[in-house]
Amino acid sequence: MPLTSADFAAIWLTLELASLTTLILLLVGTPIAWWLARTESRMKGPIGAIVALPLVLPPTVIGFYLLVTMGPHGPVGKFTQSIGLGTLPFTFAGLVVGSVFYSLPFVVQPLQNAFEAIGKRPLEAAATLRASPWDTFVSVVLPLARPGFVTAGILGFAHTVGEFGVVLMIGGNIPGKTRVVSVQIFDHVEALEYAQAHWLAGGMVVFSFLILLGLYSSRRAVAPAI
Amino acid sequence: MTLPSLNAILAHARIEARFVVRHADFLLDVDLDLPGRGVTGLFGHSGSGKTTCLRCMAGLVTPDSGYLRVNGEVWLDSDAGIALPTHKRPLGYVFQEPSLFPHLSVLRNLQFGQKRVPASEHRVQLEQATELLGIDHLLARMPASLSGGERQRVGIARALLTSPQLLLMDEPLAALDLKRKREILPYLERLHDELDIPVIYVSHSPEEMARLADHLVVLDAGRVIASGPIADTVSRLDLPAARTDEASVVVAGTASAFDAVYGLLTVQLPAATSTLRLVHGAIPMGQSVRVAVKARDVSLSTGDQDNGSILNRLPVSVLEVAAAEHPNHVMVRLDADGTMLLARITRYSSDRLALAPGMRVWAQIKAASLLA
Repeated sequence: MPLTSADFAAIWLTLELASLTTLILLLVGTPIAWWLARTESRMKGPIGAIVALPLVLPPTVIGFYLLVTMGPHGPVGKFTQSIGLGTLPFTFAGLVVGSVFYSLPFVVQPLQNAFEAIGKRPLEAAATLRASPWDTFVSVVLPLARPGFVTAGILGFAHTVGEFGVVLMIGGNIPGKTRVVSVQIFDHVEALEYAQAHWLAGGMVVFSFLILLGLYSSRRAVAPAI
Repeated sequence: MTLPSLNAILAHARIEARFVVRHADFLLDVDLDLPGRGVTGLFGHSGSGKTTCLRCMAGLVTPDSGYLRVNGEVWLDSDAGIALPTHKRPLGYVFQEPSLFPHLSVLRNLQFGQKRVPASEHRVQLEQATELLGIDHLLARMPASLSGGERQRVGIARALLTSPQLLLMDEPLAALDLKRKREILPYLERLHDELDIPVIYVSHSPEEMARLADHLVVLDAGRVIASGPIADTVSRLDLPAARTDEASVVVAGTASAFDAVYGLLTVQLPAATSTLRLVHGAIPMGQSVRVAVKARDVSLSTGDQDNGSILNRLPVSVLEVAAAEHPNHVMVRLDADGTMLLARITRYSSDRLALAPGMRVWAQIKAASLLA
């Protein structure tokens, strides 16, 4: 068996992290994307830019500021300590928070595109047919935006699986707690265990290719032009 | 429980609407008092504010200030801070493009509004609406597989199934070609005849107005330039509608005789002596009818020429001569013993006959059609 139990632990941890992150991102990203798609506020530009920042920033920069903010002397760190949670860096919860920031644009942008593509008319039609705004969102917007949700979920998941820099900055390398596949590969290479690294790295290539293949071949999902 | 008197009901059967909407380059400022039953046409060129006015009624646009009372119920009173959101207004809305929900079948589109209205308020039943609009056979289909005309009929039925107290229609035929228009108009006429729901109908087509409207409001540059019963407003030459190629008048009368051999129906006009005869099927004598007469189907002569093929010749007096849309045509407004007619003739003929207000001439009506 080419993979060790440590490798399997890293794979399991990665899937756990990506699933939880994707779930949180769909919950958090939907209202943000809806607001960005509908608003005529002057804040649309700045908020949109902030959401897109992780696309261009080095992950180490995101990781650095999250570390400082969530650390014992940062504002978030002070708050989490005051409510008895301790500090988030070097915990699984910290990784989830970091991943949510890191993958945010990959979820928000497909959703925003899907919401914008629906346009105002179906919402107006629903309102004239007695549907309240919430009712309209559930019975008209969600079904019409389903391809956008599929795309957002897949991209959010895949991008979190591929995360490395942020994890290293705020999660470190604690087996079973914060050591994900990308870090495990790094460790194997450091230790000159190239065969082990190949199995994991090759697996990542196949996994990523299959996901993107599914995304770009599907007529139901909207493949982004990133 | 005492029944309200008829007068009280009639006094309530009004639609009062005042809207002020300011945009950078547009001002809508209307104050309307409309009958609370029948079809009211909102007529005007594009940019005249008619659609904005309709959207204000629906609550899809919030006016800068406004007031809307529909048959006794206040839907909007910006001074009192009342503004019912769209989904709480008991209205139906038919958009220019059908706007069906693409993810729902025709049946589920129809039920979308219906199931959101309490069953106790259902006055229009599913079978009734699908039969009225001829869409029974489409219920299982998806909107994408329907023709434009079918989609719009589904859109109209969907709006009706909310059992609205007011039906708003925003150029429901504008996106359709002539053939589809002809296909839908009879359904709209049946709507008018069979359901007692007040309708506000936006259009820039004089023909649709003549066929459907009882009351006409003419908007121009965000203001109301005329509002009144169709017969009074449609012939007014100071209004843009009366100058176009499609200009027509609507004449009210009663069916008074039928010639079965030739299939000719005689319509008695309000003046005791005047009648119109036209080819039509038999209808009950004494029934009130409306006849549309297009201005371009009316010619004028100084004497009664009964040696031609023209059936309908009426003695009329010239009320007014005005420029038509085309510079070499003129529009002549005529009084046939109280019935208003329009004639569109060439400027040349007008000069040759030396037409002037007060002059007695004969109107020859080449074609007239009975409205529903």
